[in-house]
Amino acid sequence: MEMHAQTLTELAAGLEKGDFTSLELTQALLDRIAAHNDKLNAFITVTADEALAAATRADTARSKGGGGVLNGLPIIHKDIFCTRGIKTTCGSKMLDNFISPYDATVVERLADAGAVVLGKANMDEFAMGSSNETSYFGPVRNPWNLECSPGGSSGGSSASVAARFAPAATGTDTGGSIRQPAALTGTVGIKPTYGRVSRYGMIAFASSLDQAGVITRSSEDAARLLGVMAGFDERDSTSIDQPVPDYLAGIAHSIKGLRVGIVREHFDAGLEEETGKKVKEAIAVLKALGATTVEVSLPNLNLSVPTYYVVAPAECSSNLSRFDGVRFGYRAENAEDLLDLYCRSRGEGFGDEVKRRIMTGTYVLSAGYYDAYYLKAQRVRKLIADDFRKAFAEVDVIAGPTAPSPAFKLGDKVDDPIQMYLNDIYTIGANLAGLPAMSVPCGFVDKLPVGLHLVGAHFDEETLLRCAHQYQQETDWHTACPEAFK
Amino acid sequence: MSLDKVKLQHIAMLARLKLTDEEYAESVEKLSKIVDFVDQLSQADTTGVTPMAHPLDAVQRLRPDVVTEVDDRDRYQENAAAVSAGLYLVPKVLE
Repeated sequence: MEMHAQTLTELAAGLEKGDFTSLELTQALLDRIAAHNDKLNAFITVTADEALAAATRADTARSKGGGGVLNGLPIIHKDIFCTRGIKTTCGSKMLDNFISPYDATVVERLADAGAVVLGKANMDEFAMGSSNETSYFGPVRNPWNLECSPGGSSGGSSASVAARFAPAATGTDTGGSIRQPAALTGTVGIKPTYGRVSRYGMIAFASSLDQAGVITRSSEDAARLLGVMAGFDERDSTSIDQPVPDYLAGIAHSIKGLRVGIVREHFDAGLEEETGKKVKEAIAVLKALGATTVEVSLPNLNLSVPTYYVVAPAECSSNLSRFDGVRFGYRAENAEDLLDLYCRSRGEGFGDEVKRRIMTGTYVLSAGYYDAYYLKAQRVRKLIADDFRKAFAEVDVIAGPTAPSPAFKLGDKVDDPIQMYLNDIYTIGANLAGLPAMSVPCGFVDKLPVGLHLVGAHFDEETLLRCAHQYQQETDWHTACPEAFK
Repeated sequence: MSLDKVKLQHIAMLARLKLTDEEYAESVEKLSKIVDFVDQLSQADTTGVTPMAHPLDAVQRLRPDVVTEVDDRDRYQENAAAVSAGLYLVPKVLE
């Protein structure tokens, strides 16, 4: 099998056996990116020189019997992760000139394990979007249909992995930004428990919701990477000090007796019919593997999107106040005074959706509205989290659709923020409650991939990965490759 | 429309954002829609519910009060548009 078609696990075996070197592998993927990225616009920066140097170091380490668990394996970073000495834009004009002076913890841990970074993936500006259309660097296209969106905000990551530019890419997920793009591109995406992976050096959007994860082509690969990324980091004040289990060992076990929760509200009018059928077929496979299904109710689920669109913009308006045109980032020219410098640098440096979220957030936090919106949303958030807590007293995972439909056409929803926001209706709950969740390819509708959404209890990524891996032993949806990228 | 231009101008000032006339026109419509959408929260009965401050009910971790950062000012200032003698330059504030 050609190198680009292999999973991370297969490539690791190939490197170990000496079938090819990391330098050969890295060069092959860089050539592939150079030849095909124009069709997708998946990258903001390709780091060819750094990648080849890292691959050479990895080969040298291997020849001496050394190297980490990801030694010589190529990955891509979402351009939200700070990479020392390399442009880190967060998809924004605001940071188009920003060379990060340090590495994010995620970047550092993967590099320490020997991973080779091919480049920085395109994304919605400051991760605010569900279609990758808010990027200052232009939309990413879906490898399954170039007229469609690859989802967002981690759209460059999902498109790259689906197009076999790399076996894996990092992503971040505030309301569904790993799982929805994974679903729309037929890839695997996991958002761990809030606090599981360090947010240090990950440009902040909404700090009580943001979490880093990965997009891969198999659950096994996700387990392999998450094991390296996860774990306590004293540099992130919300990092949780909990032991990280051996995810790779965990996935091998059967799911016989696993209690799978089915949420009645997930299959209502908002779900496109054919997508619902695929998800139900996937649940039937889990049952055939020995899982039992239990109906559970999340009565406040319908309030998750409005709750999110108060909490997330509020936190965004606070986090993005750091962009002032003074210390880093875009600076307006010929400012009349300091206030003019702030207002114009921000007005000119941020795109439409980011400004909309900052304005919404500022409004819900402003005097006279704080109680009615922000505090109210935090109370409803508690109700939603309690619904999940009650459900997880009876089940081990909750299964349902990741997104209400397969990939939509670029331009279709961009003018209507509410339509765009509703794309994340099934994913947002996990962020509000801080739960780990995952999207797994489970079929096609009109030649476009559909994702099965799995949500787990706090810190139980292991069960999600195991459930997905066992499902992938029985199905081959995750191995399907878009025709133009074989 | 739940928001008008005067209200938006106030919010934009609080957010330190300079918007163009076209942006105001678009914002009145789109932000009003968003505010109307999140208004459905008012229907939820949250009597006696404590607002959720943290997804895991955790509190901020404390650390020993020791210096952990090194002075790396020159490297950080490479990203600034205007610096001089280690200082960030901004338009004149005091006459």
